[in-house]
Amino acid sequence: MSSAMVSAPESASSGKLSRTTFTVALIGNPNTGKSTLFNALTGMKQHVGNYPGVTVEQKIGALQLDENTRIDLIDLPGTYSLAARSPDEMIAVDVLLGQQQGAQKIDAVLAIADASNPERNFYLISQLCELKLPVVIALNMMDVAESKGLKIDTDAISAALGTRVVAICANKGKNLDGLRAAIKAALQEKLPPTGVLPAFPAAMTGEIDSLMQELKGHAATLNREVNRLEAFRVLVDKGGYAEQRLEKLLGTGFCQTLESHRQKASRIPLPAEEVRVRYGWVKEVLAGAVARPAQPPPTRSDAIDKILTHWFTGTLIFAAMMMLVFQSIFTWSTPLMDLISSFFDGLGASVGASMADGPLKSMICDGVIAGVGGVLVFLPQICILFLFIALLEDCGYMSRAAFLMDRLLSHAGLSGKSFIPMLSSFACAVPGVMATRTIEDPRDRLTTILVAPLMSCSARLPVYSILIGAFIPEDTLGGWLSLRGLTLFAMYGVGLVVAVPVAWILKKTLLKGETPPFLIELPSYKVPDWRTVLLRVYDRGKAFTLRAGTIILAVSVVVWALSYFPHDAATAEPFNAAVAKVEASSETDEIKKGKIEEIEKAKDGTYLRQSYFGTMGHAVEPVFKPLGWDWRISMAAIASFPAREVIVATLGTIFNLGKDEDEESESLRDALKSATWEGSPKKLFNIPVALSVMVFFALCSQCAATLATIKRETNGWKWPIFSFTYMTLLAYFGALLTYQIGMWLGWGG
Amino acid sequence: MPTLDRLKPGQRATVKSVSGEGSAIYQRLMEMGVFEGAEIEVVRFAPLGDPMELRLHGYNLSVRKSEALNVQVEVLA
Repeated sequence: MSSAMVSAPESASSGKLSRTTFTVALIGNPNTGKSTLFNALTGMKQHVGNYPGVTVEQKIGALQLDENTRIDLIDLPGTYSLAARSPDEMIAVDVLLGQQQGAQKIDAVLAIADASNPERNFYLISQLCELKLPVVIALNMMDVAESKGLKIDTDAISAALGTRVVAICANKGKNLDGLRAAIKAALQEKLPPTGVLPAFPAAMTGEIDSLMQELKGHAATLNREVNRLEAFRVLVDKGGYAEQRLEKLLGTGFCQTLESHRQKASRIPLPAEEVRVRYGWVKEVLAGAVARPAQPPPTRSDAIDKILTHWFTGTLIFAAMMMLVFQSIFTWSTPLMDLISSFFDGLGASVGASMADGPLKSMICDGVIAGVGGVLVFLPQICILFLFIALLEDCGYMSRAAFLMDRLLSHAGLSGKSFIPMLSSFACAVPGVMATRTIEDPRDRLTTILVAPLMSCSARLPVYSILIGAFIPEDTLGGWLSLRGLTLFAMYGVGLVVAVPVAWILKKTLLKGETPPFLIELPSYKVPDWRTVLLRVYDRGKAFTLRAGTIILAVSVVVWALSYFPHDAATAEPFNAAVAKVEASSETDEIKKGKIEEIEKAKDGTYLRQSYFGTMGHAVEPVFKPLGWDWRISMAAIASFPAREVIVATLGTIFNLGKDEDEESESLRDALKSATWEGSPKKLFNIPVALSVMVFFALCSQCAATLATIKRETNGWKWPIFSFTYMTLLAYFGALLTYQIGMWLGWGG
Repeated sequence: MPTLDRLKPGQRATVKSVSGEGSAIYQRLMEMGVFEGAEIEVVRFAPLGDPMELRLHGYNLSVRKSEALNVQVEVLA
C-alpha cells in the first residue's frame, strides 16, 4: 500500500463529499421486516460472502442514492441487543465498531424497528445511539401498529432522540424515498444522535472508563485499540463473548483485573442495571410519542393463532403442512430431477457419440458431464424446500412450528427450530443442512447439521428396495403386517433412533455449553413478501450450485478416474476378438446385437474389477468380512462413498449386467440371489448380509454433496471430516452387529 | 412467591424479580422485556404442555417452562 493511500481517510473527511461510496449497516430485531427492506432498497444488486471463521453470511447490497452517492448496505443478522454471547453474534458488534476483518468502516447505521412493538425494539436502538455514528431509524410496519390501535408520533420520537426517524411500510414500498433522503442527509451531516443518552450510574461508568484505560495498555498485544463500547460489553456481560475473546488473548491476569472491576461496581447488579436504565430511557423517549389504547383491540393475528396453535386444530394443521412440505420435496421434485438427469444422460450420450473412444471421452462423459448433472439434480429439492421455508418464515408461521415442536426435540437436547431441517433430510440432507440457517444458536445448529444426514434420504431408497426385494421373503407377520414393509420401516427408523442419542451425546460433549434460551418472538402474521421469498430461493440455489457444486464436481472426476484406470488395453483384446467373431457369424442382426451387448457388459465388469476401486475392494475385504461381505460388495460400498445411489449401477456392472440397472430390475435381483463366494458354491447373500448392507447404507456418510454442503455451511473442513468419520464408524459397527446377531439368530439359513 | 411457569392461560402478573444473573437465559429474558415491573399475560401452552406463550409490551413471546421458572411474579386479579 502506498503512503498516499494511508493518509487518504484524513483528506476524505476534510473534503466536502469527496467520497462517493459510503458504508451503512442495516440492523434490527428479528421479524421487523429487515430482509424485506434490504431487498427493497438494493434489489438484485447483492453480494453474499462469508465472514472469516464464523458461519454468519456477509450480505452486502448496493444502493444508489444519486449519480454521485452510492451506499454499500451491510445486512447484519437480526439481534435483540449488542450483548453478544457467541462469535456469530459478535460479528454485528465488530462491524458496527469498524473492527471486523474484511468489512469497511461504517459511516452510518440504519436501524429498523417494528412500530407495533416499539418498547422492545428501542432497547437495541438505545445501544445503537451510543455508537457515536449517525443513526437513521426506519419505523416499519406502521400499518400493523395502527391495527393494534397504536398512535405513533414520529416527529416526537425524532425530537427526543435527536436523529432522523422515518415511518415506512417496507413490504408495500411505502415512503422508501423519504428513507433514502434521510440516509443521504445523515451521511452529509455526519452527526451522531444529539438527544439524551441512557444515563448509567457513575459507579458503573467509572469502572468502564478505568477498564478502558487498562485495555489501552494492551493495545500492542491485541493489535488494536479497544473501543469504549467494547469495554462496556466486557464489563457488563458476564460470560459474554466480548469477555471470552479478551480472556483468550490476555490470559488469566486479565480475568483478575476484570473481576476486581466488577467487584468495585458490585453495589449495582450489572446486567440488570443496564436493562433497567435502557428500558427507562426507552420509556422516556416514547412517553409523549406513542399512545396505546387502554384495551388493545383483538387483532386478526390473534384470531389466526387461536386456530394454528390450538392443541387439536393447530397440531392437525401442522401435521398437514409438514406432509405437504415432505411430499413436495420427496415426490413433486421427482419429475424435475428426472428431467435434469435425462438431459445430462442425453448430453453425455450425444457428446460421447461425437468423440473417439479413450480416456478423454470417458472423463468428459462419465466424469464431468455426470458430475455437473449430479450437482444440478439437487436443485429442484433445494428450491422447493426453500420456497416453503421462505414462505413459512416470512408469514410468521415458522416460529409457531418451533413453538409446537419444541417439547419433542428438547428430549434430544435440541429445540423446535431443528424440526424442519430434520424432516427435510428425509428427502435429502443437502437442503436439510442448508435449512439449519433458521437456527440461531450455533451449537444447536451444528448438532442439527451433524445428525440430519442420519435421516434416511431418498437416495437410500433404491438400496433398500433392491435388497428387500431380493432377500426379504414376501411373508406377513400375523397375517397382515408385511415383512418387507416392516424391514423398510425399520431402515427408516434406524437413522432416527440413532440420531437421538448422537445429538444428546454431542450436546453433552463436543458441543457442550449453556442451554441456549428458547425465547422466541411469535410475530404477527402477515402476507409474505414475494420478492423476499423469491430472492431467498434464488440465493440458496446459487450458493449451493457455486460453492458446494465445485467440490461435488471435483469428487466426481476423482471417482471416475478410480473406476477407469489403469484401463489396460490388453484386457479388451479377448472381448474385441469375441465381438469380431460374433459379427462375422451368420446370425441375424437382432441376435448379434444381443450377443455383443453381453460381451460389452462382461468387458465393463472386467475393467471395473481391474480398476483402482477393484484393487481397493480386494484390499479391504478382510475389514468387511466380519460384516459378511466379499470384495465385490466392499468395492461397491467404497465406490458409493461419493453418492450412495451409485451402488445399484456398480453392483450391476460388477455382476456383469451393465450400467443401466435400476432398483426395479429383475435381472439384478436374480443376479444377487444367485451370486456365490468366488471359488465356492456358497451363496454370497443371505438375510443377515442383506440387512448388514442396508444398515451400513442407512448410517454411512456416503454423499459428497452433503459433505460439501456441510463444509460450506460451517465454513471449514473440520465438521465435514467429523461427520464423515463418526457416521462411517457408526455404519461399520452397526452393520457388524446386524450381521453377527442375524447369524446368531440363525437367519443365515 | 409464585413463578411465571405456574400461571394459567388468561392470568396476568407483574414481574417481581428474575433470578439466574449472569446466565444467557437471564440476559435474554431481560432484553426481551421480562424485568422487574413488567406486566405479563399467559396466553396459552403448547399442545405438548411446553413451551408457553406470553404477551408483554404488546407482543407475543414463547418461553420454555424451565426458563419461566426464573421469573418470580405477583398475580394480578
